[in-house]
Amino acid sequence: MPEPILSVRDLRIAFDAKPVVHSLSFEVAKGETLAIVGESGSGKSVSALSVVDLLPGNASVTGERQLNGRDLTRLKPSEWSALRGNQVGFVFQEPMTSLNPLHRVGRQIGEALRLHQGLRGQAARQRVLALLEQVRLPRASELIDAWPHELSGGQRQRVMIAMAIANRPALLIADEPTTALDVTVQQEILALLKSLRDERAMGMILISHDLNLVRRHADRVIVMHRGEVVESGPVATVFGHPQASYTRTLLAAEPEGRPAPIAEAAPLLTATQLSVAFERPRRGLLGKRPPPFVAVQPLDLELRQGETLAIVGESGSGKTTLASAILRLLPSQGEITLGGVALHTLSGAALRRQRRQLQIVFQDPYGSLSPRMSVFDIVSEGLRYHQPELDEPAVAERVAQTLEEVGLPPDCQARYPHEFSGGQRQRIAVARALILAPTLLVLDEPTSALDRTVQKQLIELLRDVQARRGLSYLFISHDLAVVRAMSHRVLVLKEGEVIEQGDCATLLSAPRHPYTQALIRASSLEDDLTR
Amino acid sequence: MRLFSRPLSPITRRRLAAFKANRRARYSLWLFAILFVISLFAELIANDKPLVMHYEGQWYFPLAVDYPETEFGGFLPTRTDYLDPFIRDQIDSHGWALWPLIPFSYQTLDMQMRVPSPAPPDARHWLGTDDQGRDVVARVIYGFRLTVLFALALTAGSTVFGVLFGALQGYFGGKVDLVGQRITEVWSGLPVLFLLIVLASFVQPGFWWLLGVMLLFSWLGLVDIVRAEFLRARNLEYVRAARAMGLPARLIMWRHVLPNAMVATLTFLPFLFTGAISTLTALDFLGFGLPPGSPSLGELASQGKNNLQAPWLGITAFLTLAVMLSLLVFIGEGLRDAFDPRHRHATATPEADHA
Repeated sequence: MPEPILSVRDLRIAFDAKPVVHSLSFEVAKGETLAIVGESGSGKSVSALSVVDLLPGNASVTGERQLNGRDLTRLKPSEWSALRGNQVGFVFQEPMTSLNPLHRVGRQIGEALRLHQGLRGQAARQRVLALLEQVRLPRASELIDAWPHELSGGQRQRVMIAMAIANRPALLIADEPTTALDVTVQQEILALLKSLRDERAMGMILISHDLNLVRRHADRVIVMHRGEVVESGPVATVFGHPQASYTRTLLAAEPEGRPAPIAEAAPLLTATQLSVAFERPRRGLLGKRPPPFVAVQPLDLELRQGETLAIVGESGSGKTTLASAILRLLPSQGEITLGGVALHTLSGAALRRQRRQLQIVFQDPYGSLSPRMSVFDIVSEGLRYHQPELDEPAVAERVAQTLEEVGLPPDCQARYPHEFSGGQRQRIAVARALILAPTLLVLDEPTSALDRTVQKQLIELLRDVQARRGLSYLFISHDLAVVRAMSHRVLVLKEGEVIEQGDCATLLSAPRHPYTQALIRASSLEDDLTR
Repeated sequence: MRLFSRPLSPITRRRLAAFKANRRARYSLWLFAILFVISLFAELIANDKPLVMHYEGQWYFPLAVDYPETEFGGFLPTRTDYLDPFIRDQIDSHGWALWPLIPFSYQTLDMQMRVPSPAPPDARHWLGTDDQGRDVVARVIYGFRLTVLFALALTAGSTVFGVLFGALQGYFGGKVDLVGQRITEVWSGLPVLFLLIVLASFVQPGFWWLLGVMLLFSWLGLVDIVRAEFLRARNLEYVRAARAMGLPARLIMWRHVLPNAMVATLTFLPFLFTGAISTLTALDFLGFGLPPGSPSLGELASQGKNNLQAPWLGITAFLTLAVMLSLLVFIGEGLRDAFDPRHRHATATPEADHA
């Protein structure tokens, strides 16, 4: 094994005397990618941040850390600052918030050069331009003067990478660098990181929860679970012959199974020539109003009872807008019929009465439950409004039944959302929707904020509920593995337009449109399909 | 009584803990509460009538019942002046009387003064008398109560109007917001002080008049805050979930959005409160406030200005106002910190893993 750049021995981290990482040892060599995988809360980010002393003040870190033979445990604060961004580069998860919105892109990269190399003026600008070209930012000479909000997520992440490598670091730490990006962009960014690593002989630590990414892009892997190393070794060995049972659970956590076949039935939901357009603001006070922005082009849609229709597309493709329009939460043109009722003609109280027929589960398990209400209040609220004739015991009975149906313990009713994990919160959100006995449930990326193992459980729950109640799902997702496990039919959206639709299995195995093909290639479905 | 039997939400508990951890705010709140409760019973503390009387074997309650002087051997069938030396002698020789701590009310003119008013502090008048011979302690106690009650009523009223208008503008947005914003802007452009001064020239403004006129304008400060909170909250996912559930707008606003907006509102309240006190005092000081004779701190301050040879007037008015406003500002600070999520507490644990 070549000489290690970073070596860590017996690293222990505690927050306020509560241990979060128990005993971690690893080495990163030149030109090598070490992946740390684990679910949220496993301590993987904390471990990487502790290497460069970026933890909050109440953390205590012990253990040996050596970078290029230099002992890191005895550094003074000023020496730390000289080290960070210079010998160690960082790429964070959130490209939307890691850049300062008030500084131009070029200036932010230039700052790292100025601080560590003393480059100024034209010399710095030339370097920045070279860096932006290295990270393959398109139109680099133009975008060097762009504001962060003018860039897409993938472009911002490229800028972040340019900042991280500006000072030729020996070690690059990438903390979930692609989690917030679309699948097709994810692959490009990881390929870029890999080629940069090879060009500059950097060591790289890749932190991720996505096993598919790790399998493709790392050399060695450490699997962490609740602060302990469960397993480590070369990627091929760990993934090919996992020793620890936890690793096997993680590997088996890929969504599997297929939705139950459905009987022929009349359509429950039909949308005809449905489209959504947003008015754009006038240019100037008296200027002409530009033509409206069409988020969803006119489309037709049909959903039978007990059927799941997946709407697939990248961010900005209009899939959530489409769902909001069907829910009549957004004004739209066209006709929407649900169970024989023409929803588009209703408004006010009549529309509100119909709303119990179609419910929604949102993506963010943290934002979709009111933090000030107990679980009982959250779940019972809709029922109390739509069926005021029910007395207190009857409501309590229904709440208990519904919570049981979604697999939550009955004693959770008096508790508040913050006491639950992401998966449990999503179950509460499902219970809140189910208690109204809807016929259609809109699932807006219900699994994408969850860990794979939790995802799998939620998918199974949703399939069970569908089989039991004969519910129809409108399932919005960008994750094709989940889509395959959930849906009967698929509709692919790109920039508000339907580019392909059809039976799920057929469409995924033989996509016709190049965009669909790219999506499938990017989401690593192919490996599974051919396996 | 479900509302009270359920446990406090964790957020409320954390805020309470944060407020309690702030010692200055906690002591200020206690002190202010005690002073206010005491001042609520001003009639029992400072009054020119005995609380209870025993006269020729009979019980009298002068505080509640008006007795004619003839009851106690006087000559006129008018209301008894219990401070009259003749009546006092009568009471002392035929029974006894329990007097309040300060035997003067806020408008009692002391007829037995041996020095010209304003009289300096002595055993009879602890903080002296004002230039009309009224006891300053009694006036401060009554004045404190009147000021606090006025500020309370004004704050409560402003909160109701401010939250209502802000909520409607923020929740519905669009045209409602646009029109509402323009109206409040025009309305807030009116000069309140001049309006009150003009008003004072053709009506004699009383407590309710003043309250009404000031209420017309004081809610404006809250509208912007509440509107911003509602604008933000109406796109939160749990609010959208409530809309998808079919709840009517008023229920969504009441149950889901208002609790969010109340944080900003509550933080703002102490400052509304102090603002109300300052305005009332300023008006009284200028002579456009409460009718003459009412126990008002502003009037005391203006007497201090007119009688610089009697510094106890000015000093008392200044100290009372300073202590009252300081306590309120400290309480407000404590509240603001307690409601500030960025405020770090010892109990908060950081996210172990932000992945």
